[in-house]
Amino acid sequence: MNLEELNATAASERLAQAKKRHHIRVCVGTACQALNSEQLAKELQAELRRRGQNGDVEVKCVGCPGLCSLGPLVEIESQVNGQAAIAGTEGGQRKSILYQFVKPEDAGEIVAHLGGEPIKRLETPLDQPFFTRQTKIVLEHCGKIDPERIEDYIAVGGYQALMKVLTEMTPQQVIDAITRSGLRGRGGAGFPTGLKWGTVAKADPNAYPTSVPVGIQSRKFVICNGDEGDPGAFMDRSVMEGDPHRILEGMAIAAYAVGANHGFIYVRAEYPLAVKRLRTAIRQAQRAGLLGNNIGGTAFSFNVDIRLGAGAFVCGEETALMASIEGGRGVPRPRPPFPAECGLWGCPTLINNVETLANVPPIIMKGADWFASIGTEKSKGTKVFALTGQVAHTGLIEVPMGITLREIVFDIGGGIPGGRQFKAVQTGGPSGGCIPAQFLDMPVDYESLAKVGSIMGSGGMIVMDDSTDMVEVARFFMEFCMDESCGKCIPCRAGTVQMHRILTKIQEGKATRRDIQILEELCDLVKHTSLCGLGQSAPNPVISTLRYFRDEYEKKLAADETNGKTPQPSAQVANPSA
Amino acid sequence: MPRTLTINGQEISARSDQTILEAAQDANIRIPTLCHLDGLTDVGACRMCLVEVAGASKLLPACTTRVQEGMQVQTDTERLRAYRRQIIELLFAERNHICAVCVANGHCELQNAGIAVGMDHVRYDYLFPKLGVDLSHERFGMDHNRCILCTRCVRACDQLEGAHTIDVMGRGAHSLIVHDMNVPWGEATTCTSCGKCVMACPTGALFKQGSTVAEMVHDAEKLAFLKAARERKVWNV
Repeated sequence: MNLEELNATAASERLAQAKKRHHIRVCVGTACQALNSEQLAKELQAELRRRGQNGDVEVKCVGCPGLCSLGPLVEIESQVNGQAAIAGTEGGQRKSILYQFVKPEDAGEIVAHLGGEPIKRLETPLDQPFFTRQTKIVLEHCGKIDPERIEDYIAVGGYQALMKVLTEMTPQQVIDAITRSGLRGRGGAGFPTGLKWGTVAKADPNAYPTSVPVGIQSRKFVICNGDEGDPGAFMDRSVMEGDPHRILEGMAIAAYAVGANHGFIYVRAEYPLAVKRLRTAIRQAQRAGLLGNNIGGTAFSFNVDIRLGAGAFVCGEETALMASIEGGRGVPRPRPPFPAECGLWGCPTLINNVETLANVPPIIMKGADWFASIGTEKSKGTKVFALTGQVAHTGLIEVPMGITLREIVFDIGGGIPGGRQFKAVQTGGPSGGCIPAQFLDMPVDYESLAKVGSIMGSGGMIVMDDSTDMVEVARFFMEFCMDESCGKCIPCRAGTVQMHRILTKIQEGKATRRDIQILEELCDLVKHTSLCGLGQSAPNPVISTLRYFRDEYEKKLAADETNGKTPQPSAQVANPSA
Repeated sequence: MPRTLTINGQEISARSDQTILEAAQDANIRIPTLCHLDGLTDVGACRMCLVEVAGASKLLPACTTRVQEGMQVQTDTERLRAYRRQIIELLFAERNHICAVCVANGHCELQNAGIAVGMDHVRYDYLFPKLGVDLSHERFGMDHNRCILCTRCVRACDQLEGAHTIDVMGRGAHSLIVHDMNVPWGEATTCTSCGKCVMACPTGALFKQGSTVAEMVHDAEKLAFLKAARERKVWNV
C-alpha cells in the first residue's frame, strides 16, 4: 500500500462510516470483557438486525475508553440534523452519550432509545472531570476505533506518519524530530528517547560478536517492551488492546530511524487479548504492505514478531528481556555494554516501552514543537496512568506532565470514597514509593517524583486512604520483589528475603528498634549493590514509608521497645505464623 | 592501546580490553570476588567486586567494567567494606553453611571471604532451608545447602567442557542448580563426568565423593590453565 492507496482506503472507510446514523461503541477491553461486554455487543447487533436497523447503525467493539470502574461502557455517537458523523475525526455535528454498567439485557432498551432521549438509568455524563481534564495523545484512538480492523485505524490517519517518514524524511531527520520533541522513555526511567535512537543509529553492528539466528537478516533490532508487570498497572495492556496498529507504526518508524529491519514485541502471556489483537494487527499490516518487505513501495523492509513472557517480572528489565527473546533464562546482565550497542544476539538494539512508541506517530504528524509545548520544562507530553485503589473513579487516564497529584486524585479520580481521608499515593509499583498528602500539589514529572522518593515508573498509581496500613503496603511490595527476584545477584536474592522477614516481624509485633536499623541498612545495600533495576528499586516502598510514616513502624514494635506499651499486631496479617 | 588509571591512588597501566579486576590483579591489588573465576566469562552476580569509580553515579562491578583512560577507582572504602560484609552475612544466613562439618572447611572461598570481611557474627536470621544432597553421581556429590549460586559450575560446564549439563532452575531464593532437565546428577546423560564443575566450586557444594571434613580441595586454577593452554595451544607446565 502506497500513500495514494492509503489515502483512498482512509477516504472510503470514512465515507462508509459517515453513512451510519449511529455509532455504538462497546468497550471490549479486558476489564469490560470480563463483565460480558462481548455478549452485549452481540445482543446489540442481534437487536438491530431484528429491527432492521443494522444498515443504519454501526456496532463497534473498541478498546478501553478509560473509566473502568463504571464498565462495561457503551458510547453512542449520533448524527445531529442529518450531518455526517465520522468516528474519531473533527467535523460533522455529533452528539455522544455514555452508558455505564451496561448488561447484555440492556441491548433492547439501548436500541429502542437510539436517536431519542438517553436512558437515565444508565447514562453517565461525558463532561465530568474524569474526561474533560485529560489530554489524550497516546490514548486518542482507544475507545474510538475497532482494534481488530486496520481500516478503522487508517481512517483516523493511521500509518500516515510512517508514510511521511518513508517518503519525506531521512532517518536523521526522524531522530532529530524525536529529540526535539523532548520525549522520554515511558517505561519508568525517563531516558531521552531521541538520544537512545541516535545511539542505536550510530552503533556499529560489528562492534561485538553476534549470533543472530539463521533466517533473520537484520543486524539491528527494535524491541517493544510490553512486559508490563507492576501490580495495579494496565496502561500498556490497554494501548496494545485498544490501538495495536499505533504500536506497529511507532516501531516501524523507529526501525527506519535506527536502521533495523526486524522487531520484536515482548508481551507477557497474561495478556492474551493484547497478544491476539497484536497478532491480528501484524497480519493485517503485512497484508496491506505496511509491514514486511518494501513498505509502501519504498526500499525499507521491517518485520515484527511477537514473543511471550513466561511470567517473570524481571523480564521487563531490558537485558533480561533480551535474554528471554534469545531463548535463555530471563536474567539481567551488567550494563555497559548497553543494548543500544550490544543487545539482542550482540546486535545494536533499540528497546522502547509500548507507550513511548505510541507517542511517535503523533510527534511525526503534528511536529516536535507541538509535543514539546505540552508538559513541563524537562518532562514533555503526556503520561498514561492506571488509577487504582481507594479512589472514586478507577481506570485509565492520560494527563499532561506537570499536572498535580491533587488534580489527578480529586478531580479526575473523583476523590476518596466513603468519606475517608486521603493518605498517600503510590506511584511506580514495586519500584516506586508512597507520596504523602503534603506533596499533593506537587507537579507530576520525572524529577519531582524522584525528589520525594518515588518514581514516575511505568504509570501505576495506587491511591490509599487513611485505613491503609503503610507497613503492610511495604511488606506487600517487598513480598512481590522477593518472589520476582531472579536470584542472580546476592543482594536482591537474599536481601529481599531478609527485608521481607523483618517487615513480617514488625507486623507481628515482634520487632525491635535494632530490626528497623537492620532493615534500613538492607535498604541501602540492596539499592546500591543490586545488579539490575529490580533490585536497585526494590527497597523504595520501604524507604519512602519509613521516611513519611515512620511512626506506623514504631507503633508496631515489640512491647519492651515502646516503653512498656502493649504492641498492636496488625489485623491485616492474615497468617501470623507464616 | 594502553590505558592509565589509578586504583586506590596508585597509578597503573592496563590494556584497553582489560577489566578493572584484571588490571588490579596485574598490579597486585586485591579485589574480593566470589562468582569470578579465571578462565570463565564474568557475570557480575556476587557484587563483592563492586568498586567506586569517580564520576560514576553507581558502584560498578570490577569484573565486567572495562578500564578507561584516567579512571579513578577506589576498591577498599569503608562503604564498600560494609557492603561486602553484609553480602557475606546474607550468604551465610541464606543456606546451611556449617564450616565445622563441611568438606571444604579450610579450603572454602566463602569461609575465606567471611574472614576477610571480619564477620564475627551474622546480623540476619538464619533461614535454614531444607535442601537436598545429590549423591547419585558415582564420583561426585552436590550439596545444595552449601551452594551460593555463583554459577561457576554452570559456566565451567558450558564454556570449558561444552556439555552444558548444569543450569539454574527456579528464581529468587528458590533458585537451584540442576542437571539436565532437573534429573539426579547420576542420570544426567549429557554429563561427561569431567569434574570441572567440582574444580570450579568455591564452597563445599560440589565435592568428590569420599572426601570428609576439610578434605575437599578445589583445584580451580587448573581451569584457567586449561583455557589458556587451549587458546595458545601450549600445554607445557
